[in-house]
Amino acid sequence: MKAFEYASPRTEREVLELLSADRGHTEILAGGTDLIGLMKKMIVKPDRVVSLNRVDSLKTIDANSTAVHVGAMVTLEDLADNPICEFYPAIRQAIGEMASQQLRAQGTVGGELCQRPRCWFFRDKRGLLAERGRAVEEGDNRFHAIFGNRGLAKFSAPSRLAPALIALDARVRILGPNPGDETLMPLEVFYRTPKSEREREHTLEPNQFVSQVILPHPEGRVSASYEVRHGMGPEYPLVAAAASVLVTGGIVREARIALGQVAPTPWISREAIDAIVGLPINYETAEAAGQAAVSVASPLSHNEYKVQLAKVAVKRALLKAAGLETGGLS
Amino acid sequence: MVEYVWPSKEDSSVLGKSIDKIDGVPKCTGTAKYSYDINPDKVAIARALGCPHAHAKLKSLDLSKAEKVPGVVAVSAMKKVGDEIQWQGDLIAVVVGDTEGAVAEGLDAIVAEYEQLDVFVEDANLEAAEAAGRTAKAGGKVQLEKEPDGDDPDFEEKELARLFKESAAVVEGRYGIAAITHMCLEPHGSTCEWKDGKLTAHLSTQNVSGTAGQFAAPLKVTADDVTVHCDYIGGGFGSKFAVDRWDSLAAQLSKDLGRPVRLMLDRDLELKNGGARPSGYAESKVGADKDGVIKVWDTHFLSAGGFGGAPVNQSVIPYVIVPPNYRRRGTNVKINTAPVRAWRAPNHPQGCAMTQTAIDDIAAKLGLDSYDVFERNLVNVEDKDRRGVYAEEMKIAAKLIDWKAKWHPHGKGDKKGSVVSGLGMALHTWGGGGHPSTCMVKIHPDGGVETFIGSQDLGTGTRTVIAIVLAETFGLPVEAIKVNIGSSKYPASGPSGGSTTVGGVSESSRHAGLDALVQLNEKVASKLGVPAESLVAKGGRIHAKDDAEKGLSWKEACSLLGMSPLEVTSKGAPGRNSKLSSSGVGGVQMAEVEVDRETGQVKMKKFVTVQDMGLVVNHKTAVSQIYGAMVMGVAYALFEERLMDPRTGAFLNSEIADYRLPRLGDIGEFVVEIYEPESERARGVIGLGEPPVIGPGAAISNAVANALGVRVPVLPLTPKRVLDSLQLAARNA
Ligand SMILES: Cc1cc2nc3c(=O)[nH]c(=O)nc-3n(C[C@H](O)[C@H](O)[C@H](O)COP(=O)(O)OP(=O)(O)OC[C@H]3O[C@@H](n4cnc5c(N)ncnc54)[C@H](O)[C@@H]3O)c2cc1C
Repeated sequence: MKAFEYASPRTEREVLELLSADRGHTEILAGGTDLIGLMKKMIVKPDRVVSLNRVDSLKTIDANSTAVHVGAMVTLEDLADNPICEFYPAIRQAIGEMASQQLRAQGTVGGELCQRPRCWFFRDKRGLLAERGRAVEEGDNRFHAIFGNRGLAKFSAPSRLAPALIALDARVRILGPNPGDETLMPLEVFYRTPKSEREREHTLEPNQFVSQVILPHPEGRVSASYEVRHGMGPEYPLVAAAASVLVTGGIVREARIALGQVAPTPWISREAIDAIVGLPINYETAEAAGQAAVSVASPLSHNEYKVQLAKVAVKRALLKAAGLETGGLS
Repeated sequence: MVEYVWPSKEDSSVLGKSIDKIDGVPKCTGTAKYSYDINPDKVAIARALGCPHAHAKLKSLDLSKAEKVPGVVAVSAMKKVGDEIQWQGDLIAVVVGDTEGAVAEGLDAIVAEYEQLDVFVEDANLEAAEAAGRTAKAGGKVQLEKEPDGDDPDFEEKELARLFKESAAVVEGRYGIAAITHMCLEPHGSTCEWKDGKLTAHLSTQNVSGTAGQFAAPLKVTADDVTVHCDYIGGGFGSKFAVDRWDSLAAQLSKDLGRPVRLMLDRDLELKNGGARPSGYAESKVGADKDGVIKVWDTHFLSAGGFGGAPVNQSVIPYVIVPPNYRRRGTNVKINTAPVRAWRAPNHPQGCAMTQTAIDDIAAKLGLDSYDVFERNLVNVEDKDRRGVYAEEMKIAAKLIDWKAKWHPHGKGDKKGSVVSGLGMALHTWGGGGHPSTCMVKIHPDGGVETFIGSQDLGTGTRTVIAIVLAETFGLPVEAIKVNIGSSKYPASGPSGGSTTVGGVSESSRHAGLDALVQLNEKVASKLGVPAESLVAKGGRIHAKDDAEKGLSWKEACSLLGMSPLEVTSKGAPGRNSKLSSSGVGGVQMAEVEVDRETGQVKMKKFVTVQDMGLVVNHKTAVSQIYGAMVMGVAYALFEERLMDPRTGAFLNSEIADYRLPRLGDIGEFVVEIYEPESERARGVIGLGEPPVIGPGAAISNAVANALGVRVPVLPLTPKRVLDSLQLAARNA
């Protein structure tokens, strides 16, 4: 780890004052479970680390009649334990699957959403785009993207929480660059596929940060997350899917379905949504939605199996949201 | 004349019982100090820089900027300009500093330029290896029952063809097992303290008695000036027998700097340099009669030992079940990885996984119960004496897993949605004879007992074994024996490899204990006026065998020693004539799994090991050792593998976060039974550290094949491999 200046501001305004407009000059520290590893490997080498740990305004969960506001510095454990999660089972399930007490207790909502990709070429210092896509294309890409991978970026988005939050139609509140600047945007818009090494996997400027996640009232929607994992450890799932559906009279009226670990961003499956809306959820329709989801998949040389997993994950997330048996190993 | 034997089971008070580890509490509470924990005053921290390329020539190396980083006290090159580097992570230079931070900055300030060379890491790909000129013939062996008629040059081929033609069932397949790393929780390295011309090296080692000389030579001193010390080691598994080049450098740096230096590899460099188990891939053709008894076997196998390392030894093909006719040929592949190192039961897990899977495929092909096929093939077990033992162990294991009730033909079990279940088994064998060991026993006039052996406890319970043997010998409680191991200054004992330690230290401790007791008994005998041969040490007393009243307490007996302690040093005498130890163990493992056909996920339901190991010294640690081996077996069967990028040769999963290992929730139910009838117990102590890690790969693979009706040919059986195999089978159908 390179020596750095450590700043521990108390207010959101002070945070913005400490963040630099130059990419890489400053980094934001939340729980540190990802950042510290990146710094130790010198994949990021900030001159200044700005900790959000003493900014109390980022640590609250407030609910009103239309929405829940979750501070970026709320820990994953505290979020999962909060009674509001009764209304958002997809969140509780996604956090529950993180099989590490340490990560749940130390990781934060903001950090989880902004953690960097696990792409092994990125972590081997070959860049986020991994030699302009070549490292992934010609190398071992078993864990890489099967959707949205025709550009240079082929990593898969790591967040476990994002598919659930996107399915739940969450927005993020972004502060900066200047004190008083504030942007609200849907979480799916927050993520983007970088086109050059100068871009990151989200739209934040270096002197902006996420202050809140805003969850709309579910208004009768039911939701679920389903992960296909390789073992019970803290490793990332192979593929994950989250679904939130509004069912009336036994028919799906509205649906939001998002996948994780399959594309450079959390992946909203329009195809799966179109396939299920207007139908009841049962084994056949869920299966068809899974099939529809992967109709646009473009697997790489070593990850065709993820297409099958994505299909199953969508199917099982829908069945789980509807309170039906998902099948699979217990 | 002392007779070196063990007491009978009925006569034993602690031998063979379940005894807690005497070092369990310090380990659990964290007071046990591992090499990594040794933190002498003013210790300087050293870290190494790894080469980012898998195959390259070092074109230039500039250390000057690193030397100027504040807090850096030394920078030392480990490669010269012009040197060829053969794997990613090979050590280029070492930076020593006052703090971890200074060292990290120093490492970052080193400027090295490389010329990249062609990379090859595809150890499973014979064609690519041949095209890249990366192959070498690995020798082989042909054994045929029939004598060649005349000197027909084609006899071998013709005879094999005839045997296959006569076979009722022939299976042809490819069976593989990927390379894994040792993943020692405590990485390789040492803390070295040079002081007044002498070195104390706190080395994480499996070989305290054998490493002092290795440190000495490069320092231009002799081994008597070196003390190697290792009280606790955080895993070695065969990878920590020697002083590594980074350990020698740490010693040299300590000498140069006049202060202690700690150099432990970080996780990434540990996985890249600290050792790996070689992979193996077998193309096999196996022929059997209608009952599944194997008559002929033909294998061509591939193995890669890494740069300069030894690949899988061909002698393990076929494995345990060796038919009368077989041929094995092999090719070694040269890949850009660090040399492999011995890994728990070297060669055997690979041999078992590459061959006993094919035997199970014979059962599948003939529609027979795998159990019956393995049982009938016991006629092919080379060591005739072992056949009956395996047969008994199979019966016990089958009962424990309820084989008969749960068995279904391959791929024909009940389905619960997409979930199917299956059973599989495997047999294993190992030596485990004791190594040379010397033990000094010291009995103090106040009754205190201490013992010194230059051995080491890998976490397996060596300390406790020594205490048990001497406690049994002296009729004392286990706590009464103060065990000292972990120093090269103690009487020499062998390295802990090949499951030789328990045999070795039991031998030497029993010899030393009995030799000391003879001397003590003589004093007691003359005091009591009874013949020394009539005395026994039991229940804290030394007394006449047939008159317990006639005796002295241990303390009273020891007080007869006078002013100075009784010191006895004895060597064990393992080998053919020993009644205390011998060699050769076996066991049976049976696994029950569930597989989700839609996701390729495999879940362990139940896993049974029945193991023989001669005389059990400590039942508790023996069972623990088997549990540990089973976890490690589940790991390489279902989770772990070293992933090398085919294009760049990069080691892709060299961090714990990316290197998959099972967690408690992944291992299912374990059942262990030690097979110790009097016939086995009478053989004396035999090592068990390695054997139970051999069979899990084959047993679990066979269970998955039984569940799916499709062989997933290469371990570990990841969701990807399972799905790929199902897809291939569907395409071929
Ligand atoms: C061994 C291991 C296994 C893991 N397994 C999983 C897993 O299975 N699933 C999973 O989802 N995660 C996993 N993680 C990741 C873990 O969940 C994340 O590292 C954690 O949630 C990040 O939260 P943090 O608060 O510690 O973030 P930090 O490490 O502090 O920050 C992460 C990144 O986000 C940025 N950041 C943090 N907060 C903000 C903010 N408010 N605004 C803008 N940028 C911000 C930081 O600058 C940094 O780049 C694993 C991590 C490890 C080390």
